[in-house]
Amino acid sequence: MAREQVLTPITSRPPFWRDVRILAILGQVAFMILVALIAGLLYANVTSEMKRLGIAGGYGFMDQEAGFAIGVTPIPYSPQNAYWRAFQVGVINTLLVSILGIVLATLLGLLAGIAQLSGNWLVAKLAQVYVAIFRNVPLLVQLFFWYQAVFLALPRVQDAIALLGPIYLSQRGVSMIGITPTPSTSWWAGFILGGVVIAAAVWYWLHMRQMRTGQQSPRLLIAVGIVLLSAIVGWLALAMNPLEVTIPERQRFNIQGGFRLSPEYAALLIGLVIYTGTFIAEIVRAGILGVAKGQKEAARALGLSGGKSMRLVILPQALRIIIPPLTSQYLNLAKNSSLAIAIGYPDLFNVSRTIANQTGQVVQLIGLIMLSYLTISLVTSLIMNLYNRSVRLVER
Amino acid sequence: MSTASDVVTRPRERVHPMRWLRQNLFSSWFNTLLTFVSLGLIYIVLRQTFTWIFLGADWEVVVANLRLFMVGTYPIDQIWRLWLSVAIIVGLIGLSWGLWPHVVRGVAISYSAGLLLLTGIIGANLLLASPETRLFRPQTALWLLSCSALIFGGRFVGGRKRNLGRSVMIGWLVALIFIIYLMHGAGMLLPVVPTTQWGGLQLTLVLAVTGILFSFPLGVLLAIGRRSNLPAISLFCTLFIEIVRGVPLITVLFMFQIMLPLFIPGGENIDKVVRAIVAFTIFTSAYIAENVRGGLQAIPKGQFEAADALGLNPVLTMSLIILPQALRTVIPANVGQFISLFKDTSLVVIAGLLDLLGIARSVVAQSEFLGLYAETLLFVAVVYWIFAFSMTHISKRLENVLGVGKR
Repeated sequence: MAREQVLTPITSRPPFWRDVRILAILGQVAFMILVALIAGLLYANVTSEMKRLGIAGGYGFMDQEAGFAIGVTPIPYSPQNAYWRAFQVGVINTLLVSILGIVLATLLGLLAGIAQLSGNWLVAKLAQVYVAIFRNVPLLVQLFFWYQAVFLALPRVQDAIALLGPIYLSQRGVSMIGITPTPSTSWWAGFILGGVVIAAAVWYWLHMRQMRTGQQSPRLLIAVGIVLLSAIVGWLALAMNPLEVTIPERQRFNIQGGFRLSPEYAALLIGLVIYTGTFIAEIVRAGILGVAKGQKEAARALGLSGGKSMRLVILPQALRIIIPPLTSQYLNLAKNSSLAIAIGYPDLFNVSRTIANQTGQVVQLIGLIMLSYLTISLVTSLIMNLYNRSVRLVER
Repeated sequence: MSTASDVVTRPRERVHPMRWLRQNLFSSWFNTLLTFVSLGLIYIVLRQTFTWIFLGADWEVVVANLRLFMVGTYPIDQIWRLWLSVAIIVGLIGLSWGLWPHVVRGVAISYSAGLLLLTGIIGANLLLASPETRLFRPQTALWLLSCSALIFGGRFVGGRKRNLGRSVMIGWLVALIFIIYLMHGAGMLLPVVPTTQWGGLQLTLVLAVTGILFSFPLGVLLAIGRRSNLPAISLFCTLFIEIVRGVPLITVLFMFQIMLPLFIPGGENIDKVVRAIVAFTIFTSAYIAENVRGGLQAIPKGQFEAADALGLNPVLTMSLIILPQALRTVIPANVGQFISLFKDTSLVVIAGLLDLLGIARSVVAQSEFLGLYAETLLFVAVVYWIFAFSMTHISKRLENVLGVGKR
């Protein structure tokens, strides 16, 4: 063999048109210029078009008088208020339906997810049928169904259907027992808060004792009892009833008193909860199935009952698998609440669209809408990520 | 290595019916209670539903408007194009049934049963009713019959010729594109049917299919862009994906339906259906991108290094080594995304298009069918359900066959 060829390290740089580093920079610069050009073109078009139509820029118009009524107003609002106020009402309405929807959908999904894996054949099949039906029909169809075929098809308010409770169902929505705060409510809340603090301390002490000695105690029951006791003591101690309970009463042409859910809100809430519940049920099912089989068998071997092994062994581990996709379902629910516009519930999107129609300031409003939803999404993922961190597997 | 025949499966237990009942329904007092509560619930729901369906509901609204529901105002003399499209699709379903029985069988059997049932109903109507009172045209029965023949013929061919797999996959793609052209008819020596005459189920399916065809490649590009180590490109893709995922679909649709004329001069002349398709494409591609990114992250670094060692350039590395592996693992997730896209096409109602749901909304405005919301909505829900459920079913079977998600 010939003597070894000595490879000399390449010291000279290749010409710049073949240098990957330079090409990368050039490519990116070209890309940025392209993006900037397109954005600039679109911006120029928008501004010239707005000028042609006589639409002003900026958000000054939001201080003008709104002039339109809103059906559901959790905060005081009248048509004489500014557009900003109307927008705030919309945001609060979105939050009201999203937060309650998330809570109820989680409960329903958890229930249906566990039921799908139930040892009871009938219960399991029932849950599977629920998921298969409601998951595969568009939410919008379901919303129209709940609103037009169920709530608007209810009897007129004179012949409202009375259920136990009393709950009255009519075209005007759902009337049920309402609770209104009185001036002494905050004092009562103080009593309850004190009870919660004591209960937490007792719970923690019992927990630590069990950790140390293995001595068991019904600590959840005790904690709940302490909170209830403090609530009762507070109620009796205060001179004025801290809460006023109003019961809906049927009158000739009306239902007086109580707490009324508008048919729009009720239909939107039911639709969102039932639809999102199916997705959460599937996530919960996958999470439970994802826990290694040995864990369940080990729990059995330790003599834990079915409910206890689910609560203490399976679910805590399943949560790790469940939380990330659950977060995206929460985000979906919040975003899907924008379909409220189809059934006339005045949420953030619906109110903004009314404002846009009245003022013609479409661009500013779409910016505002997107910003609001992005904020809602961001805050939700932040909370869920913090929670996720607490249930994550602790590794060395 | 053990082959399939070495594996001894557990013998099937024969369980006495009484024992099955006791084990599955009455194993404890709590289970017994659950069983009775469920039975009561099922009884109430079924009784209410069936009394309403057979006694309370007025199905005339659906029967009289069946064509509107299916094809909107598509001209009746051109309707053969839609039937031809159905025939092509059905033939491809048959071929896929023969080629990939584990994935497609359930859906294909249900579809062919449905086709035969429909043929039977329409045939009976044609034979029994006098020509004036017939609800259907004779051609309809013929088309349906040939579709049923095609599905079984396709199955036969697909079952015999196992090497057709790749051609059938390409065939699906080509057929879907061809069908959209056929429906429109531009450049085909056929009268053009403008999209304003499209509607009903046909429009729903067109929106879904085009949305899928366009959003998939865009999504893959966005995913690659987000993982790129060129900061400008990865920042742009990340921003795009996160903003689109953070807002509701309806805002994206709203932007394209109402704001397009502001952004592009003459934008008001752009076809409304095209605008909707662009909105769906942009929205779905962001979600596809996130799915694909998950698949890309699961590819071990060694694959990239091996491709580098072979001297492949970045484009070839991606297209020959990385993507085939990454896309395989995310097929089920993407099918899930396409199911949502299919359901989300109903949102075009808010933009004023007459898709399946839009027709349902307009039908109840007819004076003789005023306010028959429950009937129309239930019918529409069933149609949506059939398609969405078959996709769900196929995606579950695919998951099993690909072995994704097995622990």
